[in-house]
Amino acid sequence: MNTEDPNRDGLTREQHRKANRSLTQRLLVFTAGSFAFGFALVPLYGVLCKVAGIGNAEAKAGPAIVREAVDVNRTITVEFIANPATVGSYEFYPEVKSLRIHPGKLYEAKFFARNLTRMDSVAQAVPSVSPGGSALYFHKTECFCFSPQRFRAGEGRDMPVRFIVDPQLPANVDKLTLAYAFYDLTQTAAR
Amino acid sequence: MAHASAEHAHDDHPDQPATGIKRWLFTTNHKDIGTMYLVFSLIMFFIGGAMAMVIRAELFKPGLQLVDPLFYNSMTTNHALVMIFGAVMPAFVGLANWMVPLQIGAPDMALPRMNNFSFWILPFAFTLMILTFFVPGGAAAGGWTLYPPLSIQGGDSFPMVIFAIHMMGISSIMGAINVIVTIVNMRAPGMTLLKMPLFCWTWLITAYLLIAVMPVLAGSVTMLLTDHFFKTSFFNAAGGGDPVMFQHIFWFFGHPEVYIMILPAFGIVSEILPTFSRKPLFGYDSMVYATASIAFLSFIVWAHHMFTVGMPLAAQLFFMLSTMLIAVPTGVKVFNWTATMWRGSLSFEPPMLFAIAFLFLFTIGGFSGVMLAFVPADFQYQDTYFVVAHFHYVLVPGAVFAIMAAVYYWLPKWTGHMYNMTLANWHFWLSTIFVNVLFFPQHFLGLAGMPRRIPDYAVQFADWNMVSSIGAFGFGLSQILFAIVVIQCARGGKKATAQVWDANPRGLEWTLPSPAPYHSFQSVPEVK
Repeated sequence: MNTEDPNRDGLTREQHRKANRSLTQRLLVFTAGSFAFGFALVPLYGVLCKVAGIGNAEAKAGPAIVREAVDVNRTITVEFIANPATVGSYEFYPEVKSLRIHPGKLYEAKFFARNLTRMDSVAQAVPSVSPGGSALYFHKTECFCFSPQRFRAGEGRDMPVRFIVDPQLPANVDKLTLAYAFYDLTQTAAR
Repeated sequence: MAHASAEHAHDDHPDQPATGIKRWLFTTNHKDIGTMYLVFSLIMFFIGGAMAMVIRAELFKPGLQLVDPLFYNSMTTNHALVMIFGAVMPAFVGLANWMVPLQIGAPDMALPRMNNFSFWILPFAFTLMILTFFVPGGAAAGGWTLYPPLSIQGGDSFPMVIFAIHMMGISSIMGAINVIVTIVNMRAPGMTLLKMPLFCWTWLITAYLLIAVMPVLAGSVTMLLTDHFFKTSFFNAAGGGDPVMFQHIFWFFGHPEVYIMILPAFGIVSEILPTFSRKPLFGYDSMVYATASIAFLSFIVWAHHMFTVGMPLAAQLFFMLSTMLIAVPTGVKVFNWTATMWRGSLSFEPPMLFAIAFLFLFTIGGFSGVMLAFVPADFQYQDTYFVVAHFHYVLVPGAVFAIMAAVYYWLPKWTGHMYNMTLANWHFWLSTIFVNVLFFPQHFLGLAGMPRRIPDYAVQFADWNMVSSIGAFGFGLSQILFAIVVIQCARGGKKATAQVWDANPRGLEWTLPSPAPYHSFQSVPEVK
């Protein structure tokens, strides 16, 4: 019954098995590489966002020390938006809705947050600057978003953000929006 | 198989299959495994179809009638997962198991034991997934794309679905490796790569896509899992992650995945149209290169699934243009198929009917795809029924019709019997009419602004939804005919000849008697 030609392709059965095994191994390595590539996309995504100036790119890039001359000839409106957390219970709003500012000058704005629950909590604000691409020109020198904010039960307080808008900001931009999403971190911080 | 091989110590291929359940549990025979894949896929097709019937019954008229919204959402989610990973992909793997060795003149798949394992993972994966309907919180209901944060907030079903997807992924990867090793190492002498039937070519390319992107899916769902259970923050903004990143990683898998579900269909149609046109395939080489180009382009177009998440203008332009570029190789294929039929002596057996319907209806899905590629237009179409109509046109009268064409083409080769042609013709005409009644109105609904994934809708959408639902019920019921034809043919019928078709089909599989013997090409076939 064993009619298999030992000379299929001029190879013996053993050589065939060897060839199959070695190709299978190479394909498995390729597969493992693909799996690793999926995870490599995570840092790659951060790099691409930084290059494109999307999201919180500036904060991730580390503090930038800017000593630029104040451009008094240019006035820009900075709007402040606060998005309260969907988990937990917080009051969260900006003390002023917007500021008219000159590029190159340091300003401070305050956001108010209150823990409305009867338990201590931890929250983290995540900033976003629009229009997209402007984040590169919006330098926060001090921000309550740099670290998790702890609140005792029922505690409320003002939290400062200090910022300088880069005079290099493209000329077509006359309005910036700084929005904070407020996330409850109590569960995560408790680990 | 294990005990059988002890009796045949000189050889691990027994002449005849083992009997009873052991034949199926322990088989390493490519024909047995192919049959199991195809039967499994048919069962999943009916399970996923039943979910679609629930969806269309709820949408038959406005208002909430039959199911509550959470269950409705779990229907859409699981319908997609079952149809993609349970019906379409296993059907193609089953066809590859049956046909690749027969078409290249190999005695079996290269890695028969792995072949058995890759099939038997699947029933367990899908049992795990179906079980989620009975756990607290219900089955996954956040959409098959599993976008966080919604998917992470699921109930007990969440880890079960993730593990099920891991298992499906492992199964497809093993199946793909098997196909590659078989095609690369096991071709009969003289079967050069550019002599290979197109079904083998498209499968070879598909298999490479599978091992490139299924691991990426596994990675992305693993990140979901660790975000939920181990407090990582890949997609959690509070911890410095970004939910949009999931969409990028997911669609880096997701776009090649849609070609995984269509390239083998291209191969099938490229086998059937020449046979029943009684002409060789027009532009064989360009078909191979077009398939390879589509596979390459599939890696650089993913963000067209997510134009509205916000991305730089340059990225939008890049993804829009690269997406439109896919129309070029696809156009080459449609042109070649049409040119194959041009002035051919056509005859209209059931496989040919399905292949021609594929050609027309898949092209409609391709056109709506080009419309969706336009960024400004996509902002309007995103998440509407227009998208639903688009991908159902490429998947149902596209991939599923091609699978049915393949079954009708090769079924006599598998069973040794001709099937009931009258019933098969009825199945074709009912399916083709109803599939259009089902999906064509969804274009109108989408353009009028009806969002997808909702159990209730504004009253101005009522009429076309009712038409679409009638089409769905008609299409669903017509598929019972398909099951009847296949079961009848497996049980008996007029003996099929080796050639099966009067049209004198080309290819090594037709040199074997029908049914193809349990062990074929034990001695090397001659390739002309």
